[in-house]
Amino acid sequence: MLKKDTYDVVIIGSGPGGLAAAVEAKKEGAQDVLVIERDTELGGILLQCIHNGFGAEIFNEDLPGPSYAQRYIDESLALGVETLMDTIVLEVTPDRKIFASSKLHGFVEITARAIVLAMGCRERTRAMIQIPGMRPAGVYTAGTAQRFVNIEGKMPGEKVVILGSGDIGLIMARRLTFEGAKVERVCEILPYLSGLTRNYVQCLQDFDIPLQFRHTVKFIYGKDRVEAVEIAEVDDKWKYIPGSEEMIPCDTLLLSVGLIPENELSRQAGVELDPITGGPYVDESRQTNVPGIFAAGNVVHVYDLADWVTLAGYEAGKGAARYAKAIRARESDHIPVIAGKNVHHVVPQTINKRNLENEEIELQLRVLKPIEERTLIEVHDGKNQITRKVARYVRPGEMNTIVLKPRHFADIEKASSITVEVNPR
Amino acid sequence: MVEKRTLICVSCPVGCELTVTLDEGKIVEVEGNSCKLGIDYAEQEIFDPRRMVATTVKVKNGYHPLVPVYTEKPVPKPKIFDILAEVRKVEVEAPVKVNQVIIENVLDTGINIIASRDLPKA
Repeated sequence: MLKKDTYDVVIIGSGPGGLAAAVEAKKEGAQDVLVIERDTELGGILLQCIHNGFGAEIFNEDLPGPSYAQRYIDESLALGVETLMDTIVLEVTPDRKIFASSKLHGFVEITARAIVLAMGCRERTRAMIQIPGMRPAGVYTAGTAQRFVNIEGKMPGEKVVILGSGDIGLIMARRLTFEGAKVERVCEILPYLSGLTRNYVQCLQDFDIPLQFRHTVKFIYGKDRVEAVEIAEVDDKWKYIPGSEEMIPCDTLLLSVGLIPENELSRQAGVELDPITGGPYVDESRQTNVPGIFAAGNVVHVYDLADWVTLAGYEAGKGAARYAKAIRARESDHIPVIAGKNVHHVVPQTINKRNLENEEIELQLRVLKPIEERTLIEVHDGKNQITRKVARYVRPGEMNTIVLKPRHFADIEKASSITVEVNPR
Repeated sequence: MVEKRTLICVSCPVGCELTVTLDEGKIVEVEGNSCKLGIDYAEQEIFDPRRMVATTVKVKNGYHPLVPVYTEKPVPKPKIFDILAEVRKVEVEAPVKVNQVIIENVLDTGINIIASRDLPKA
């Protein structure tokens, strides 16, 4: 079992957005902050981004992805952020319940005062861009290949063609070159680069890897394994230009053809998505249309830099902590009304003491035993009397009432409960 | 002899396109930069081009078979593949701590190769 079932802020995902939200939520005064991560380690995709280029905006340093993640992992744990690893969230409800399946705890149900969605994005696949051809092994998204090479120590192939000039594709062109593969070609269907210019310089130009704009893969050949790809030039309408075809022998095709925000959970929670970005509509605190549900990072729209994801995570974490604190304050305004000595029950069983500022609250009670003499009905906060009234007698068969008035608000404001007692005078 | 060269600054993600004017092999003007880093980059790139190198090192008994590492500072571009070959020879024992020195003064560059994360034992 989990230690707790209610948290101030629950964050789904532990990439740069999720960790920044966790750190900021704690700093903003959220008491319990939980990060749920489906992998067995914190850090998200930063862990496989071993190249430098992280931290320029935030630390004014040039760090590799894992070092950048490590700073936020260390900081969040030092601040007391709790984690639930190896856990996949199955559903988020509009009233902020989270259902998840955890390796360690089995099925878990958690209630959050505020939620930050930080699930990041997914890579577009071959099926999504419908590349024609045979269906051999050896076609990977660039990020999958990145995980193979940088974390699992496996090479996807030796002769590689990369489709798309997104940053992960450019980074992987260099990485595979470092590991001894030959990157034959990078093809980009657009007439311009999709990734950052500096990645073109330091990943392709430095190693004489040819890049062709307005080119795409027309057909994938190979029975069991990729044997070649046919590439072709396209016109403005992305139609193949006849006669431009070229056959490139290779054993691997990497796809770096775009990222899509991952919002299956958001949709279930009733979060409205912007058809343009594919992510939730958010306000400046990164709150979605569902009150108390925030979203930050690549789940909202795809960023160029992890540093910017971190900054968005800070906003969401701050917003979520403030929302949670407001709910917590409202919860603490509700105090129980306790049936004390010689009282069978009181209705209402709880009161919102804030309401007493402006209006009366009538407490209805039934006594346990009759008292056939002048009787004191008394309301106290455990120490001090708040109000009292005298009855000529009390009997279980006859309901009694006592009224709290706005002038009692000052006495009740700090109380965590009130008790009604009935005693002979 | 006056010569113009164009470079793209890789100091930060902005990627300014620099035009460098050289006279008798000396830089007389840098244009297109948006900050001082661009001028330093032009100087460096023309006379001693350097790059950060990030790769992985084999780990014994680690949570993963590899730990990511990088050069603390940019290293001379012509030495990149020699440095990678050096790194490939190394195997470290888990646990590894972030910033732990994996190779000191790699190939006499005066630059250390350090780990970029904690890696616990398996």
